[in-house]
Amino acid sequence: MKKFKEKLSGRIFLLLALSSISALVLITVFIFVQGLPIIAKVGFFKFISGMEWAPGEGEFGIFPMIAGTVSVTLGAALIGIPVGICCSIFMAELAPEKMRKIFRPAIQLLAGIPSVLYGFCGLIFVVPLIRDYLGGPGMSILAGSIILAIMILPTIISISEVSLIALPRHYKEGALALGMTHWQTILRVQLPAAKSGIVAAVILGIGRAIGETMAVIMVLGNSVAIPESILDSVRTLTTNIGLEMAYASDEHQQALFATGIVLFVIIMILNATAQYITRKKHSKTQNKRKSNETKNQTADR
Amino acid sequence: MPDSRKSKLTTKSINLYYGSVHALGDVTVEIPECSITAIIGPSGCGKSSFLRLFNRMNDLIPIARVEGEAFLDDSPIYGKDAEDVASLRKKIGMVFQKPNVFPASIYENIVIGPKSHGTENKAVLNEITERCLTKVALWSEVKDSLRKPAQELSSGQQQRLCIARALAVDPEVILMDESCSALDPESTAKIEELMLELAKQYTIIIVTHNMEQAARVSDMSAFMMIDEEKIGRLVEFSPTTEMFLNPKDKRTEDYIEGRFG
Repeated sequence: MKKFKEKLSGRIFLLLALSSISALVLITVFIFVQGLPIIAKVGFFKFISGMEWAPGEGEFGIFPMIAGTVSVTLGAALIGIPVGICCSIFMAELAPEKMRKIFRPAIQLLAGIPSVLYGFCGLIFVVPLIRDYLGGPGMSILAGSIILAIMILPTIISISEVSLIALPRHYKEGALALGMTHWQTILRVQLPAAKSGIVAAVILGIGRAIGETMAVIMVLGNSVAIPESILDSVRTLTTNIGLEMAYASDEHQQALFATGIVLFVIIMILNATAQYITRKKHSKTQNKRKSNETKNQTADR
Repeated sequence: MPDSRKSKLTTKSINLYYGSVHALGDVTVEIPECSITAIIGPSGCGKSSFLRLFNRMNDLIPIARVEGEAFLDDSPIYGKDAEDVASLRKKIGMVFQKPNVFPASIYENIVIGPKSHGTENKAVLNEITERCLTKVALWSEVKDSLRKPAQELSSGQQQRLCIARALAVDPEVILMDESCSALDPESTAKIEELMLELAKQYTIIIVTHNMEQAARVSDMSAFMMIDEEKIGRLVEFSPTTEMFLNPKDKRTEDYIEGRFG
């Protein structure tokens, strides 16, 4: 009886674990099944490079949306990466313990704020500021970039901070013992040593920026056009789906799924790159070290 | 004989506290220039803490507090007249227990110190690299692979690279904190040989658990032990041959004999 119970509970847990993985599989299959036919019909290259998005007339080109996503993400990265990395250095190395205890949960809280609130704040504060002081409609790449930059900060800060804190203490000691200042130690030893973690943090942050929908719908203006300045309104891949899915049907709906495929692939590539970088770093030094040591030992004999 | 030399490092009744723990009590030594001084004693007697007083590595521990005086030549290491800690550490280099090369190339490991102290000239940096690696007998082994990651070297080579890295900033004193304890006998022999060579030009202080090593390389020996109140004390400081053949203190004798069986 006891054995049966053990077995049963094991099975139940396996089933639950499988359900989360099957969700991934189902979503992937569903998106591809729905989206691939239209890509096949229009042609992949024409689909991603087409300038015209007019679902009513059967024109499905998502290049303006790709340009929108790229420009907003680039803007968010330009603002968010330096701020995020500096903040992680501050938290890992410079902040006194007390301050760290306030900062860390505060930054985690930043990640927990619903994205619609980010969008709302952007619409109420950022958009009017841009409109009044810089001109244009206000709803713009700049507004989207600022909001997204804030939204990706928690990802960049927490992962970079962890990779800085996880550095062996003896790097820092070794650098200080050479008479390097604390600042030189951070710039010349600790940052390079934590490079792979920081790069992964940046990539995951960018992934988050690309995938964000709600907040950017509210501040981007969503016009389907190639932007000419950072004050222009754009539409991203995500907002394209979010805005039109409610009323789309047939080929139009398929085209939105196809947009989803493009998005999906981009995010997958980014995440895989981030994982590859962090993993490679560990295994590479360890393996090489090992193989070299065996080499030396054999040579000694 | 070593007494005739000028003293390089001096402490006067120095005390070290970690919070409420009194780690070192009233240690007074005069370490002669261009010699090797070995600090020996049982585990936990404050040898490493004492060594780290000289280059102020204890500063990294927030609860550490120092009382008393320490001098490099005639300039104070602690107090308001002390020079800035980075330039002190430039003069007093340190080699750690485990080789702690930076995750960068062999070349970068050597030049990072000089670069941080303002040497940017490529030719000068190359010269420093060759000179320092030659000094630690590593040049012939790595001269064709200077761009390779330092972490791919064997532990013994890494430790010699760490010594070369310390030499690259042109120190006057080198502190070695059990720098051979993680190495095989062959690498240890190489490093001991190196210490004897370096002592012609630098003042060296080593912490070691290895009595034979202290006897082989050092000119002066400092025996430390904790007293009844768990405070680390300097029991005896004398020329090594004298201490090993004719210890003045009963505790020193017990320790040395215990170790030799």
